Amino acid sequence: MNLILPYSREDAGSPPSLAPDYRSTVLRSPRQPALIVPQTLTETTGPSDTWQRLMGAAMADLTAQHKAEPQGQRIVVTGRVLDEQGRPVPNTVVEIWQANAAGRYIHAKDDWPAPLDPNFTGAGRVFTDEEGRYRYVTIRPGAYPWGNHKNAWRPAHIHLSLLGPAFATRLITQMYFPDDPLIEIDPIANAVPMPYRQRMVARFDIGTTVPNWALGYNFDIVLRGRDQTPFEDDHDDDH
Amino acid sequence: MTTTTDLETRNPAPRQDNRDPALFGQTPSQTVGPYFHYGLPWKGGADLVGRSEMGARPDLMPPEHYLLGASNQSGTPQGEVIFVAGCVYDGNGAPIPDAMIEIWQANAAGRYASADDGRDDVAIDPHFTGFGRASTDADGVYRFRTIRPGRVPGPGNTLQAPHLAVSVFGRGLLKRLPTRLYFADGEGNETDPILNLVPPERRDTLIAQRKPDGTWWLDIVLQGENETVFFDL
Ligand SMILES: [Fe+3]
Repeated sequence: MNLILPYSREDAGSPPSLAPDYRSTVLRSPRQPALIVPQTLTETTGPSDTWQRLMGAAMADLTAQHKAEPQGQRIVVTGRVLDEQGRPVPNTVVEIWQANAAGRYIHAKDDWPAPLDPNFTGAGRVFTDEEGRYRYVTIRPGAYPWGNHKNAWRPAHIHLSLLGPAFATRLITQMYFPDDPLIEIDPIANAVPMPYRQRMVARFDIGTTVPNWALGYNFDIVLRGRDQTPFEDDHDDDH
Repeated sequence: MTTTTDLETRNPAPRQDNRDPALFGQTPSQTVGPYFHYGLPWKGGADLVGRSEMGARPDLMPPEHYLLGASNQSGTPQGEVIFVAGCVYDGNGAPIPDAMIEIWQANAAGRYASADDGRDDVAIDPHFTGFGRASTDADGVYRFRTIRPGRVPGPGNTLQAPHLAVSVFGRGLLKRLPTRLYFADGEGNETDPILNLVPPERRDTLIAQRKPDGTWWLDIVLQGENETVFFDL
């Protein structure tokens, strides 16, 4: 027997592939509509049982990867990974990468004149516990110019990558910070319609701060959930 | 004069943000951007068979900042070792040197290394995860070393033809583009339940051809003529 419980499709908060204000989408977005296909065993399975073997151990403190501490505002980011029914997604990996406090990536192609920080790489990885909780320590990234148009600045953001339980739940997103005026005028964030854009804005939380040490933010990540009604994907010709 | 008694636990007033219950739902997708190379692809991430460094782009970051794990291959998986490669093109036909491709596939016997594949009559290969990640190189080419997958069940009583599930990410892609890679000589291509949903004139965009050196080659065209068929799952 081959019981398939498909995951829901994208909801109203999903951005389109083509968002012309984000200029790189113009030549890179498909012109044909995506083909609607049923989910099979291929899409409802995924590397959720093997990611640790593939990727290695957690790197949950991005401020402790070098000889000294990086420059910048220390922050703790914590939250849960949930499905659309609000159920925790346990033991799943969250991959993290970001710019340094000055808004510069260590990447060779990032060459705008903001300082590199020898004590900051900006790559991390955490996984969720049984309740779907994760937590990491980093520094608040800076905004950076990105050449989309004259004087374009990306709002401060942390890139996040999640595998979730199945091929169908794969997600790459960005976490933004509250009260950042750049979000409102950023073509990438703006590809997500309001109010759903606000799902990507973290919440400052005094309870998450570490007294006299670090500010704290909460950010829950919601992956596609399995549809409520399973269908048995096994029919004999004589039923 | 009144004083606040719980100063140290006061929070700013709730606002419409990630934690607003009225907004609860799927976290929207955002682009992987151009700078993912030090955060996502690891050395060996594109080698599902052995311990090479395929998949990463250490040329794009100082070595002291390469923190990701290397390949942790535990042994040689069973089955036919194959190389799968192709070039990713934009709407102008220009190769894309900053794309990231992921694959997910069954082992040689047609079993996914996942508890969600509940069949106990087909064995998991302890040395095969079936997941790989590759950055495209400076010429826009992705490359994997893997095992030719076996057939897995499809809807009803069908069997799917051998295939890899493929995700395409990149700067300019606000969300991943899911597609599949089939093999030109794959058993069951004619009856594959997914391939048969693709208009016949576009099926070739999902079918890898064998090069003289043995590599299975499939270009991924994001836009325009011969545009790859991408899926809405
Ligand atoms: Fe960025």
